[in-house]
Amino acid sequence: MTEGRTRLRPPRHWLDRRARAWWRAQLAVSGAVPALPLVVLGVLIEPARTWLLVPAAVVLAATVLAVVALPPWWYRLHRWEVTDRAVYARGGVLWQTWRVAPMSRIQTVDTTRGPLQRAFGLSTVTVTTASSAGAVKIEGLDHERAADLSEELTRITHETPGDAT
Amino acid sequence: MSEDDGSWQSLHRDTLKVTAIVVAGVAVGAGVPTAVGIGSATSDGVALAWVLPGMLLLVAGAVLLDYLRWRHTRYRVTDHLMELRKGVVMTTRRSLARERIRTVDLSANPVLRVFGLVKVNIGTGDGRSGGGSSPTEQTIVLDPVGRAAGERLRADLLDRARRADDPDGSTLATWDPFWIRYAPLSFWTFALAAFAVGAMFQVLDWFGRGGLPVEVVMDIAEDIGAWSTLGLALGVFVTAGVVGTLAVYVEGWWNYRLEREPGGTLRVRRGLLTTRSVSLEEQRIRGVQIVEPLGVRSAGAARVDVVTTGLKNDPTSDLSTLLPAAPRPLAARITAQVAGVDAEPSLRPHPRSARVRRLRWAVVADIVLVAIVVLLAAATPLPGFWVAVFSIVAALTCAGAVAAAVDAYRALGHRLDAHYLVARQGSVRRATVFLQRQGIIGWRISQSVFQRRAGLITVTATTAAGARRYSIIDADEHEILDVAAEAVPDLLDPFLIRD
Repeated sequence: MTEGRTRLRPPRHWLDRRARAWWRAQLAVSGAVPALPLVVLGVLIEPARTWLLVPAAVVLAATVLAVVALPPWWYRLHRWEVTDRAVYARGGVLWQTWRVAPMSRIQTVDTTRGPLQRAFGLSTVTVTTASSAGAVKIEGLDHERAADLSEELTRITHETPGDAT
Repeated sequence: MSEDDGSWQSLHRDTLKVTAIVVAGVAVGAGVPTAVGIGSATSDGVALAWVLPGMLLLVAGAVLLDYLRWRHTRYRVTDHLMELRKGVVMTTRRSLARERIRTVDLSANPVLRVFGLVKVNIGTGDGRSGGGSSPTEQTIVLDPVGRAAGERLRADLLDRARRADDPDGSTLATWDPFWIRYAPLSFWTFALAAFAVGAMFQVLDWFGRGGLPVEVVMDIAEDIGAWSTLGLALGVFVTAGVVGTLAVYVEGWWNYRLEREPGGTLRVRRGLLTTRSVSLEEQRIRGVQIVEPLGVRSAGAARVDVVTTGLKNDPTSDLSTLLPAAPRPLAARITAQVAGVDAEPSLRPHPRSARVRRLRWAVVADIVLVAIVVLLAAATPLPGFWVAVFSIVAALTCAGAVAAAVDAYRALGHRLDAHYLVARQGSVRRATVFLQRQGIIGWRISQSVFQRRAGLITVTATTAAGARRYSIIDADEHEILDVAAEAVPDLLDPFLIRD
């Protein structure tokens, strides 16, 4: 065992640049969901106006701040890489998580697209193994790249021997 | 459907009697209160005239349905397949390849036992998601067959790997009545007691007397004083819990027996009223886990769980338990015999900063607790007696939290040997897992902001067996990566940099 300073290197690839816009949209939507009813009610119900509009303003301010600041930060932290032997991805923000799944243990490769992702031309690739805790998810890839990747992964896993458990 | 060439067998026809008895029991249980209810409003005659036919109809209906089910269920074992045909309107047919069958479990509730029947659960253990009943999971349930037929099926289906050089079966452990003393040491004692108290209030509430226990306790308190009442209540509470855990334990573990059978199967048999038999194929075992909850550990005992594929990942299930809480030397012996490992390995401790982390959590919890008690005492008109009680509880909890933090740090450790990755953690529930290196099918490594400042990291090995993931928490952020890289050759190495 080498007593050096061993560290994980970041995976090679970045997500698609549009992932930032996708995250912004997500944050905007999740901020608007509580804020809009508050604003509407605040306009309609005069006696409670202050009590409704002040929280709405707070939520909107926080949303704007999040939309501006968070996506670039997240973008720096999320990376992925596929080699002949393994899928490697880094994610998480306050809890950084690195996931490794070897090709020989991969069972399924799924590509999914939510409605928001579709609007930005993005896809999510999920690689599962025989362990329910072992899935590796790469969210925010260009959808054509994701399709190619999932095809390639399926091919490699078929060529790699192993019983998956 | 008329391909009956004599190879198809049906379930045991005594299932009709079993169903009749079980449903009759349910009918009586539901019918008597109903009859009492109707009887108090009208007359006893009217009540009987309504309830009796209803009960009879229920039993007859259930027996008829069961007859149809029995009539249309057939199974057979061929050279390569285990097949089941069932269904009255929609016929379904399921076949399992025999070489993929991993588990054949027998169980019998008291009624089945009276008729000498068993329920057989045959599974391939292909639960992909591990999260319960996934569609890929293939099981066949025969409910019921005769005991002899069930045992024969079990032997036939699991014995395929038997080779001439296999040693004969041997018994690894049998039940010792003295193990009963470990049963009340679990947290179930409190849970069951709390459940009993809850149930008491609920039942009294049905009779409109929900406040009764409180009145009784107040009366006692007036007679013997508040502190004696509290002591008495605690005594009753703990006694109820002890009785409950003893009952559950005896029902589950009576006549426990762990055997190694020819053909490479471990078999656990146990149960007082409902008997259970669980078979585990040794080829599928990926490790063992020694579990020592606080109470059991302080009594010098430990439990041994098996880490295997083919069992559902259900934390509440005790199917994976190889040995219930038993003296530690025995637990060590079983661990050694099942996994071939030293159950008391010397582990590499984790950095001191992990201890600082735990102490910090304890101090934060203590501060919050003290703040709550002070707030309660200062801001609410709480009687002095309760302030005293809460203060005592808070003081004990504070001391306990700090002790648990120190103990939790002492538990942390890991080790890599030729075949196993060993990791230990936990104070309230100390668990030492021995995970086969070849059973590791991926890594999940995580580091929180606080961990990064402390130079710590958590490495989780993912696996298809047991809990599906086993973690080495708060290890040195550099050293543990070397360990992980070595544990599974060529997997993590390409993603590491060393300087």
